[in-house]
Amino acid sequence: MAMTRREFIKFTGLGITASSLGLLGFGAAGVAQAAAVRPFKLTHATETRNTCTYCSVACGILIYSMGDRAKNAVSNIIHIEGDPDHPVNRGTLCPKGSALLDIVHAPTRLKAPRYREPGGTDFKEVSWDFALDRIARLMKDDRDKHFKTTNDAGTTVNRWTSTGMLAASASSSETAYLTWKVARSLGMVVFDNQARV
Amino acid sequence: MTNTWQDIKNANVVIVMGGNAAEAHPCGFKWVIEAKIENGAKLIVVDPRFTRTASVADYYAPIRPGTDIAFLSGLMRYLLEKDAIQHEYVRSYTNASLIVQEGFGFQDGLFSGYDEAKHGYDRSSWDYELDENGFAKSDDTWQNPRCVINLLKQHVSRYTPEMVSRITGTPQDKFLHICELIAATSAPDKAMTSLFALGWTQHTVGAQNIRAMAMVQLLLGNIGVAGGGMNALRGHSNIQGLTDVGLLSNQMPGYLSMPYDREPTFDDYMKTKQFKPLRNGQTSYWSNYRKFIVSSQKALFGDAATAENNWAYDWLPKLDIPLYDIIKAFEMMNNGEMSGYICQGFNPLQAFPDRGKIRRGLSKLKFLVTMDPLDTETSRFWQDFGPQNPAKPSEIQTEVFQLPTTCFAEENGSLVNSARWLQWHWKAAEAPGIAKSDIWIMTGLFQRLRELYRKEGGAFPDALLNLTWKYTDPRQPDPEELAKEMNGRALADLTDATTGAVTKAGTLLDGFGQLRDDGTTASGCWIFSGSFTEKGNQMARRDATDPREQGIAPNWAWAWPANRRILYNRASADPNGKAWNPKKPVIEWNGTKWTGVDVPDYGPTIKPSDGVGPFIMNAEGMGRLFARDLMVEGPFPEHYEPMESPVENVLHPKVSHNPVARVFADDKANFGTPEHFPYVATTYRLTEHFHFWTKHALINAILQPEEFVEIGEVLAKEKGIAQGGWVKVSSKRGEVICKAYVTKRIKPLTVDGKATHVIGVPLHWGFTGQARKGYGANTLTPSVGDANTQTPEFKAFLVNVESTTAPVTA
Repeated sequence: MAMTRREFIKFTGLGITASSLGLLGFGAAGVAQAAAVRPFKLTHATETRNTCTYCSVACGILIYSMGDRAKNAVSNIIHIEGDPDHPVNRGTLCPKGSALLDIVHAPTRLKAPRYREPGGTDFKEVSWDFALDRIARLMKDDRDKHFKTTNDAGTTVNRWTSTGMLAASASSSETAYLTWKVARSLGMVVFDNQARV
Repeated sequence: MTNTWQDIKNANVVIVMGGNAAEAHPCGFKWVIEAKIENGAKLIVVDPRFTRTASVADYYAPIRPGTDIAFLSGLMRYLLEKDAIQHEYVRSYTNASLIVQEGFGFQDGLFSGYDEAKHGYDRSSWDYELDENGFAKSDDTWQNPRCVINLLKQHVSRYTPEMVSRITGTPQDKFLHICELIAATSAPDKAMTSLFALGWTQHTVGAQNIRAMAMVQLLLGNIGVAGGGMNALRGHSNIQGLTDVGLLSNQMPGYLSMPYDREPTFDDYMKTKQFKPLRNGQTSYWSNYRKFIVSSQKALFGDAATAENNWAYDWLPKLDIPLYDIIKAFEMMNNGEMSGYICQGFNPLQAFPDRGKIRRGLSKLKFLVTMDPLDTETSRFWQDFGPQNPAKPSEIQTEVFQLPTTCFAEENGSLVNSARWLQWHWKAAEAPGIAKSDIWIMTGLFQRLRELYRKEGGAFPDALLNLTWKYTDPRQPDPEELAKEMNGRALADLTDATTGAVTKAGTLLDGFGQLRDDGTTASGCWIFSGSFTEKGNQMARRDATDPREQGIAPNWAWAWPANRRILYNRASADPNGKAWNPKKPVIEWNGTKWTGVDVPDYGPTIKPSDGVGPFIMNAEGMGRLFARDLMVEGPFPEHYEPMESPVENVLHPKVSHNPVARVFADDKANFGTPEHFPYVATTYRLTEHFHFWTKHALINAILQPEEFVEIGEVLAKEKGIAQGGWVKVSSKRGEVICKAYVTKRIKPLTVDGKATHVIGVPLHWGFTGQARKGYGANTLTPSVGDANTQTPEFKAFLVNVESTTAPVTA
């Protein structure tokens, strides 16, 4: 029988409830009452396999969210725990990984682009178009001004040293590859990541 | 890591030195406990503090921060003197027998070829003597005094137990007991694993710390075997991946090098990358370099990269200096040489040394872009947060963009763990508000810039305009498409020279063995080739089956290279192809091919009698006890004091520090001396926190709410510091006012006859998030890095500490 983990939990969870209540001597009325009790909430959550975002042990995690991924259903993550099938962590998590839910829902999660003008005393919310248009303009102006096509010896060098970038060591390799492509196609050489810290 | 996390359970001895796995990698550390319980392993911990790893160790010894090379060189001296090395392994699999050129030497702390004016070496003498065929000369009898093994013996002869103890502060009896425990793993069927992390890398001699232990492991025959290896326990969830994909100033994906000014043409570039074998018949895998780089250029520029334009070599930027690393970047910023900086998921105001310098640098930028799921300190460097971030916004002209991104739970993609496993993960929910993925943001910038260059023209747009961008949704490429691009495809029908099998044009490649240097293959990151094939996404595999329960789990996700789980595994078998440890074979020769629980790190049908060395990424095929010219400060590790040290270098006072460390003048002026800053400080991490992220998570902010420093009881008494009392910790660069945690975990060490105190400085606090405001450990740390990698010296520097009163605003 092909069964997802979620179906399996639902199946065994309800089965245990019914049979153990029976063993405890509850009659039909007791079972009916048990049915009215809200079932374990993870049985109707959507389960997603993921990897802990912190260290490089890369513990397997299971993320439980409300919402069944239907077009208009907004998923809300309600629980995160260790993946018992994972060959390294075997379901365990450390004090950091155990609190992943709190980082997903941290009050300091950013929700919209913000901009601070020269000399400004605060951020103001801006649109993505404003932010990206303005950054692209600043990058291009700087690049056109400082880009070096040849060095003093006349060798083609095609480098840009006046704008640099730090890349994110918790982002995926796919993000990393796309970032590499973009940065290098601009000739960027002041380019680094968290490998050292 | 050369091995896997679970493979730690196969060890007979586990040494944790330069790390604190029990607190920093708790769920990986459980395999150490497994080794202790199931395999009777002994755990040795050498650390300045009695850490939680130390608390479960069979044997613990303290050490002064920054003196690991002295300890490890003394260990090598012990092993060589007691003849506790695995002879057959050392003779057959290391370069012990190879003969070094006459010109090579070492005297008074310097190797041959030092140029004082340049603070660098002419490294040409650091190599083997070659015969008329260009092969390295060797003497298998080890009679020649210039054999690597004899030069090594001579080099480490100065590190007697007395000298080791004098430098490191480790008591002699403890040092010798550890040597004895380690020496037992020279038996062919015994293995030691070395687990290390930033405790070794964050020194001006960081890379040499690691090399020293790698040499120990080679002498003991512990590389390539089950339960052995050099296991770097890496930090961030995808720092291995970011390194693999080459997001470093001088790197391309798959450990290919960026070109330098001294390589004007593609032919010049390739000249230094021939990797001609240094022994007759040796496999030298890097001799395939041209296939990797041409396939990479085809992935980047598609049809625009041709044989005629040298595969668009000129479209890659060239470097004029070895590295534009982050320390250099902030030096340039402070000198007014930079206009813009983009921080993608990186918080340099917290993470990099000399916080004041970082803040001053950011203040000189025209624009700063941060991309992060969290409200980082860096994005608010311009705001006044009191003493923890004194700033005058009206005087800072930097335009700042704070761009909100998705986090791990809100995207698909792969992360590479410490053991080189590429594990795919899946999106569970949408990001909050209108936060977007890094892919979407970088694409948005790329598309806008490309459009601006199309419309307006401007400086050298060729690479930008010709960059391949054949994604289904060009505004938001699917991570699977990017993964396939890294894996690589055939661009024409390919016929295998041996089997005659044809790979059709457009097909995803099975592995890097299919790559060509004629433009008929494309692969964005050759070491990932095989991760996403016509059989599907190999990184998404979740079969935990583990043959013989040996800790390999070959069908769980996918490991680079070629799904190989233990690197150099040919060395797990003796020269005839039989496992050194018959109970835990990795691969063995079955008469026609290599078979076993892992993918051979070797030609699958190369006969043992062919004598091909197991270290096929090295041109001589051997593990290097002598590093040739590959390390900037010398082919053997040597003890140099940290840049800020309480004592002079007793081995060679005139060359006290790493002679080739790059030091900028104003940073040098900011180094303190022991007269003013008499105590050694070392930064560290708490098990409740991850860098500067978890202070944003409520539970973690509750668990460890505020900044503190750890001070030993003896020093606390001497300075009148009470448990939980307020202290001012200062270095030449700044001061931190926080609480003191007085412990028994740090005891004074006797270094060269003098009592030396060490202070522990955890680094997790800043001024955003839910924990209390803190100054951050990097207020104190010096801006100087490892001479090879520029990893900052966070683990050994000088401070002063004084009792003070509670701040009014606290």
